[in-house]
Amino acid sequence: MKLASLFSGGKDSVLGLYKASAKHDVVCLITIESENKESYMFHTPNISLTQTQSEALDLPLIKVVTKGEKEKELAELKQAIQQAIDEYQIEGIVTGTVASTYQASRVQKICNELDIWCFNPLWQMDQIELLNDLIENKFEVYIAGVFAYPFGEEWLGKIIDKSMIGKLKQMQEELKINPAGEGGEIETFVTDCPAFKKKIIITKYSTEYDNYAGVFNIEETKLEEK
Amino acid sequence: MILVIDTCREKDSLHALEFVRPITDILKECAIVHFTEINKEIIEAADKIIISGSPLKEAGYSEHLEFFKWLKDYDKPLLGICNGIQIIGMTRGCELKEVTEIGPTTITKLQDDFLVNSMKKLEVYELHNYCINLPEDFELLAKSDNCIQIIKHKEKPMYGTTFHPEVMNKELITAFSEL
Repeated sequence: MKLASLFSGGKDSVLGLYKASAKHDVVCLITIESENKESYMFHTPNISLTQTQSEALDLPLIKVVTKGEKEKELAELKQAIQQAIDEYQIEGIVTGTVASTYQASRVQKICNELDIWCFNPLWQMDQIELLNDLIENKFEVYIAGVFAYPFGEEWLGKIIDKSMIGKLKQMQEELKINPAGEGGEIETFVTDCPAFKKKIIITKYSTEYDNYAGVFNIEETKLEEK
Repeated sequence: MILVIDTCREKDSLHALEFVRPITDILKECAIVHFTEINKEIIEAADKIIISGSPLKEAGYSEHLEFFKWLKDYDKPLLGICNGIQIIGMTRGCELKEVTEIGPTTITKLQDDFLVNSMKKLEVYELHNYCINLPEDFELLAKSDNCIQIIKHKEKPMYGTTFHPEVMNKELITAFSEL
């Protein structure tokens, strides 16, 4: 079955795509770039770099820039999925939704209205298991944003590894944080995984940080043959 | 041993990660079988059975009911989730009616019961385009504005939920596993 990936460039959407690729043909990416920083559906740092990731994956990208008005952005998502149906004959979409019933139910409704399949292969997945899955499958994932206590500036631009998962697990036990950032505590950016035909190298970046909120801005990249 | 029956259309499907794994992750020990591979030995070996849900586009199980003939005489604890409650109903002659509910919904408790009382909240996650009327030998424990939500057989420990407890009411599955 031909699928489109609802793609933000973070670890969950890329892991969803990767798992879907084992059973189906992911033929394009759909990115909704929201100008509304409060968007519950689509806002994430470095979303503009999904174009670079689409080149690394060698998959076409359908990108829609939205002002992020609450229900209007859902209509825009529906239009983008319709475009994927028309241009790439997709029969379903795959998401990286883990626990958000808000996101999952809205995407399910859109797919139901369009009469296409909706796949959520990470649905209800244990967050530590998800992080370990990334390591086991050789994903290179940067921390691209932190938005909660006690995340300090030193987290920005770090790559998720076993030692970091250990720290996140400890923070989960002691402070009840969501270790994979399901509560919006952290955002991520994927530069490599087995589905990537080329690897993304970050050549220039900057960071902003204040009071337990910070962003790792990726300013320049290059693609490297694997 | 709890047996989880995967009702997704194909065996080892991508959708099993979404409709079966969230259930098996809650259970400490269980076995999984695809509905097309059910046989008498597998059913008899199980202490309890959970019948999973499946995607919205896979609604309507009337063409597969021959795999569930054993359900009518099953006496051990059983929980049918979404597709599972529909299968329970259809093997008892109920017909499916089109009712769509997607996303968090608040249900109304109608009767006290071990399983209903295990729920920490009455907000549940719905994902269905069809539901059934109450089968004759069942009682209604909870409902939403649009359809039946939790049913129990009048004499057997056989339950069905139209919603997906593995999403927002995991404690219900834990309570069932301890029944």
